[in-house]
Amino acid sequence: MSLSFLLAQSVSGLTAAMFLFIVASGLSLIFGVLRVLNFAHGSFYMLGAYAAWQIAQWIGTFTGSFWLAVIGSAIAVALLGGVIERLLLRHLYGREDLYQLLFTYALVLILGDVARVLWGTQQLSVPRPSGLSGSFEIFGTVIPHYNLFIIALGPALAIACWLLLSRTGTGRMIRAAAYDREMLAALGADVGKLYTLMFMAGSFLAGLGGALVTPVRSIVPGMDVDIIVEAFIVVVIGGLGSFWGTFLGALIFGQVLAFGILILPGFSIFAVFALMALVLVVRPSGLLGRPVKG
Amino acid sequence: MQPSLRHRIPWAALMFLAAACVPWLGSRFYTFLATDIAILALFAVSLNLLLGYTGLVSFGHAAYFGIGAYTCAILMKTYGVPFALALIAGTANAAAWALLFGAFCVRSTKIYFSMLTLAFAQIVWAVCFKWNSVTGGEQGFSNIPYPSMDWMDALPLLDGLRSGDKFYLIVLVLTGLAFVLLQRVVGSPFGRVLTAIRENPERAEFVGINVRRYQLAAFVMAGAFAGFAGALFGIFNRGVFPDFAYWAKSAEVLIMVILGGMGHFWGPAVGAAVLIVLNQQITAYTLYWPFILGSILIVLLFVFPGGIVGTLSAGIARVRGRRDA
Repeated sequence: MSLSFLLAQSVSGLTAAMFLFIVASGLSLIFGVLRVLNFAHGSFYMLGAYAAWQIAQWIGTFTGSFWLAVIGSAIAVALLGGVIERLLLRHLYGREDLYQLLFTYALVLILGDVARVLWGTQQLSVPRPSGLSGSFEIFGTVIPHYNLFIIALGPALAIACWLLLSRTGTGRMIRAAAYDREMLAALGADVGKLYTLMFMAGSFLAGLGGALVTPVRSIVPGMDVDIIVEAFIVVVIGGLGSFWGTFLGALIFGQVLAFGILILPGFSIFAVFALMALVLVVRPSGLLGRPVKG
Repeated sequence: MQPSLRHRIPWAALMFLAAACVPWLGSRFYTFLATDIAILALFAVSLNLLLGYTGLVSFGHAAYFGIGAYTCAILMKTYGVPFALALIAGTANAAAWALLFGAFCVRSTKIYFSMLTLAFAQIVWAVCFKWNSVTGGEQGFSNIPYPSMDWMDALPLLDGLRSGDKFYLIVLVLTGLAFVLLQRVVGSPFGRVLTAIRENPERAEFVGINVRRYQLAAFVMAGAFAGFAGALFGIFNRGVFPDFAYWAKSAEVLIMVILGGMGHFWGPAVGAAVLIVLNQQITAYTLYWPFILGSILIVLLFVFPGGIVGTLSAGIARVRGRRDA
């Protein structure tokens, strides 16, 4: 087993991990505050990808057009998330977990078909942005610039979110809501608005992840279900609602998937699921999560 | 409604008799539909033992359906084991795995319980999907033989029925027995303890009930009946596929339970029947069944949280109340 092969595997694992982190962090934020496990998060990711393709079609290609499409689609998905939270999800907060779970599952079914109607079933893709279309070679391994950008973006996004959560007033409110929402509401905070905001922020991250992945993976129906299962595992391994836990979970997921192929060819998904079950058994609240009350 | 009144008309027995007449309608399609409904109704009712009676939201119930289906199918086709034995083995294997997984699952509560059941179910799915040499992997495991049903020709009336019809009658009798058993369980002191746990686990613990052990017992029982249903379904379907254990299947059976209403013993069975018939009708017109299923689910969650049976019985109660007043 050569060094270049190991490097290639770990870089590909790392890139996958950072894509996953971007998506899963949104899932984790939403769960942390709203206590809703959002199955539709993967659908938002898929819509982000389709929207990026659509915007790229509309505006054509020029310098920065890719970034415009990415930001535009993330915002569009965030708005959709806000509308869904305001109009529908909001009415299910007082009810059992099951109803919220099934509601988001209903969204998966509906949004999947909506995407099929709007964009068909053929594979779509978006070219890499002009500034990042090259690649470089290290120890005989070719690494595209775009992958390197994603590997850098993940931690940058993590630090930005962490600063937002720990240094700003809104961040303090979010952490307070995750800790004890009844108390926060009793103290006079507008928890309803905070929920909408969090759901939008989470959806934004899902849309962003979906838009950013378009140059690397083709856009196909079914990508919603693939990503939600993966994001779900990442969040569970790291700890639901724990931000750095999600980061750690994504890193572990990426490497287990990349190197699991070497040890048990074909069984790497199995390895990841087994890891998740193991974590849940040993530490039910995840590696970095803290036990949740009620 | 007074309990004595409710028992005057044996609805379940009448339904069973009506269902037993289906083969003589002479339509292959009706028999097919009725078999599908009988098996999935049992699957849904088995989930309701957890959901409606014990208050445990399992998001991975398809795992045990899948284990039962694969065990029975592999034994019958690969090893030539007779149907009765394979069916028992499928049920027992599903129960055994439910015992193992359940032992871990009942240690966590609420959303963590749901997630753990989902995680274990996905492991089962991954194994079915990847273990090519035994399960046939992605392609599934097809051409499962029907059990030998020649002995049925000796019985009056059954001579000359198609094998699909004969198998339907076997399914009907077996699921009927399973329903009777499940109803006994639910009505027994054991079932009452489960309901107490659903209503208030802390209080149940205080009066000296070992909550986890009861939850585990319910989990194993539900898993066993799901495995039984799965084993029958594999033969009916003439093939077993990894989809049987996939999370979408777990969600589908949850939808059946919610659609019918988890507050009633027969609610999930009604939900299964309605969903299967709807699916048959709608897929004839449009490819977009998921869209319609999702929309039905949303309407249910927001407008009829009690499901069909819950809404109907609330309506009946209201009419009776008005008449009495």
